[in-house]
Amino acid sequence: MTATKARKAQAKTPQSESVRLVVNGETFDLNIGERRGEIEPFHTLSHTLRETLGLTGTKISCDHGACGACTVIMDGKAVLSCKILTVECDGKTITTIEGLRNRETGKLDPLQQAFIDHTAFQCGFCTPGMIVTARALLDKNPQPSEDEVKEALSGNFCRCVSHYHVIRAVMSVAKPEEVSDGR
Amino acid sequence: MGGNYRYIGKAMKRRDAESIVTGSAQYLDDITFPNILVGKVKRSPHAHAVITRIDKSRALALPGVKAVLTWEDIPDYRGGTPRNVRVLDRKVRCVGDAVALVAASTDEIAEEAVALIDVEYEILPAVFDIDSALAPGAPLVYEEFGSNVIPGGTIIYGPNCLKGVVRGDVTKGFDEADVITEGTFGYENIPNALPPESVGAIAVWEEPDKVTVYGTSQAPYMDKVTLFHVFNRQVEVRSIGTQVGGGFGTKFTCWQVESYAILLSRATGRPVKVMITKEEHMATFVLRVSSRMHARVGMKKDGTLTAIQGTWYVDTGYYSFTTQAQVAIGSGELMIMAQCPNWDLKNIVVATNRNASGATRGFGGQELKCSFIPLLCLAMEKADLDPFDVLKKNFVKPGGGYYWRDGEWYDFRGVDFSKAMDRGAEVFGWKEKWKGWLKPSSVRGTKRRGIGVGVHGNADIGEDASEAYVQLGYNGTATIFLCVAEHGTGQKSNYIKMAAEVLQIPPERISMSPADSLVTPFEFGPVGSRGTYAIGSAVINAAEDAKRQLLEMAAGKLNEDPSNLDTEDGVVFVKGKPERSLKWRAMGNDRTILGYGRFEPDFTMCNCMMSFVEVEVDTETGKVDLVRVVNATDVGQIIDPPGLEGQLNGCFGAAGIDSAIFEETILDRRTGHIVNANLIDYKWRTFSELPVIDNVVLETPFPSHRFHAVGVGEISTSPGPSAVLMAVSNAVGAWLHDYPATPNKILKALGNVESVAQEGV
Repeated sequence: MTATKARKAQAKTPQSESVRLVVNGETFDLNIGERRGEIEPFHTLSHTLRETLGLTGTKISCDHGACGACTVIMDGKAVLSCKILTVECDGKTITTIEGLRNRETGKLDPLQQAFIDHTAFQCGFCTPGMIVTARALLDKNPQPSEDEVKEALSGNFCRCVSHYHVIRAVMSVAKPEEVSDGR
Repeated sequence: MGGNYRYIGKAMKRRDAESIVTGSAQYLDDITFPNILVGKVKRSPHAHAVITRIDKSRALALPGVKAVLTWEDIPDYRGGTPRNVRVLDRKVRCVGDAVALVAASTDEIAEEAVALIDVEYEILPAVFDIDSALAPGAPLVYEEFGSNVIPGGTIIYGPNCLKGVVRGDVTKGFDEADVITEGTFGYENIPNALPPESVGAIAVWEEPDKVTVYGTSQAPYMDKVTLFHVFNRQVEVRSIGTQVGGGFGTKFTCWQVESYAILLSRATGRPVKVMITKEEHMATFVLRVSSRMHARVGMKKDGTLTAIQGTWYVDTGYYSFTTQAQVAIGSGELMIMAQCPNWDLKNIVVATNRNASGATRGFGGQELKCSFIPLLCLAMEKADLDPFDVLKKNFVKPGGGYYWRDGEWYDFRGVDFSKAMDRGAEVFGWKEKWKGWLKPSSVRGTKRRGIGVGVHGNADIGEDASEAYVQLGYNGTATIFLCVAEHGTGQKSNYIKMAAEVLQIPPERISMSPADSLVTPFEFGPVGSRGTYAIGSAVINAAEDAKRQLLEMAAGKLNEDPSNLDTEDGVVFVKGKPERSLKWRAMGNDRTILGYGRFEPDFTMCNCMMSFVEVEVDTETGKVDLVRVVNATDVGQIIDPPGLEGQLNGCFGAAGIDSAIFEETILDRRTGHIVNANLIDYKWRTFSELPVIDNVVLETPFPSHRFHAVGVGEISTSPGPSAVLMAVSNAVGAWLHDYPATPNKILKALGNVESVAQEGV
């Protein structure tokens, strides 16, 4: 793997040979090629995150852009990482579920804590995508209405039906004064 | 409630909570091994064909391909019920049936190799529904099953496995009836429970005859048992469960994918992961059974059932793994909801050329009831009876009973669920909203609302055996050894809670082994509704056994009779004299106290769920909106309030209520292809369309285990679909009997309504 922590922003390699990603605050320069640890032109971002960088918190369910399980934040926006090719991501800043903890204190993101406190998951497979989508919403709109939360999460499928708990969890962070602890 | 307990009944952080919200929880596809290979399946494009030639030379020549296996390469390994389905066969029986297996170094190489396998087929005529399968001279899915009827019964339910219900005298019963209705009703849209995580396995072969399988299974120990038989009792299987991304019953049927991984690992000598794609999941993995019932029902004016007679046709697709079991359980479940003295209910399991139906929550009973309740509705309409009253009246009560899966009669010793049903009706406002049959509860412009009610109960809360060990640690800790993979219900955390309550130590001091069949005793798995009573009992019994041994050990040191001792927070003390005490440490760090607990099956109790639904039908567009759901149940004792609420909210997902509104697997009945095998065309309910759900949960203690609880999560999907058809029919003023009630069907029904109305005026 050619991933490196070194921040050589100026010494950027030509775009055709490598791709630079900043993932959860770490910089990775990934060569394009066929060898292990390199990225091939057909690799999706979700594949690179999971298989090349070992960040398996990003889940693949439909692999088709329909279910939201693979959602990550790219340059501030929630995106479906299964529908993006890694070669198109040069220079992008990405946050995955693994990157939501406070990097200094190690404390969970308030949304992660709220999902725990409200048991806002059952099987948990869609949960990383849910939390990441909600994080992107709150970064843009810190105090959304319940309808805005539902709208933002409408591309995240959950089959166990934890929707109600998820809304409670997100609203408890967005508008703590309006939400009881759900117990 | 829960006031008498320290932990039971109180919300507790799920044991896996941090790992789930941080993305570190390890689902199968998150696990890898050095040198691991990717396994892929070459699948049939034909619904029914004989393979006349396979040429794998081009695939094998592709760099990175390590193995290609066809039916010619492997022994006669078989699974299914009966065990007649070859892992790879010369004949393919559905579109997507496995033709060949490939192991390669990457996904892309494996996919390319799959495409490079040349297969020639002799295409055979196929059958895609019950009628054509049973027609004289129909093509046979299996030569050995004439008329495409799969033999009844399943070995695990014993020699007298319930194959139908015969009781009393139906002729007499119909004579006594005030109303009789007869007809054919189905639930044939084969919805997919569709857990978000697909199905997969990693196999690590060990020469000469051992294999370790990591799977997505919700019952890992049973996979060890199943695979042992599939591989002709020649392979020793160690089965390890992982975090499961949803199961809903379907992930009891992982043996095929696991077999593929095992064969490829054996062929290559390397670990192999087979993870099927979502499209494969939807086109080749198990669906609900397709159910159709032709029956007659007799009822008195007061709603007393007098006779039920008919045949239940079950289309299981190209093979059965658990369908006979579902037929047995489903028949018993119908008896639970329809206490009637006279029965003659037969069933036929039919094979067709589509992918298999299999275990899904509701396990036969949901499917049968979705066919039976529409028939019952016609009788209730004829007698002008309120369906709530009739369903409440006929549900099993103390003094009643039913046949269960082993063919034996069981006197019911559970609680009377009437109180929960009454409370549910009250919360829903049933009496105020019910206006009579085919009458909307309200009309506002083009929006018509209607209400419906359904009920379901399952005596599999106490099915099958469970075993657990509980080991005490000298520093006041404990470890539970149990083969349960967490699949979303939160039960692993609940078992920790139960052990904590017995041992009176904080749950944080209790660990649990991985679900590893090499380490744990036998466990049937959290399938059906058995998690709380059956598995819970094994854990409780193991904890009690460990505690007994602890007190016996301490009794000698304290010079007291063990019956005078108790323990709390890692300290054994003399009751009433807490100053005379001994820390668990006294057992020493060179001793193991290991409790063993077992649960023996008990079919004498059932759970119950009544669901009330209100729908709003737009008469212009034909769209049905689910406005409100009230689920009413009695669980004896709540173990974990938020976990239970989540399970009950699950009523519309996983091929539940929405299978009556928009969910369906669409099979092209000319070619056998499933045309909506992807998450864009197979519709799910989103956050923007959530109904209001109220869950009414009573806690009347059950004579189950020491916490008097029974499980209920499984059945939350089951009463709803038929309730929706009832509600939609009432809203539009005409009967809809076809699942799901899509706009085209509604508009068609409404056309009828308007023409009738005009004639009436």
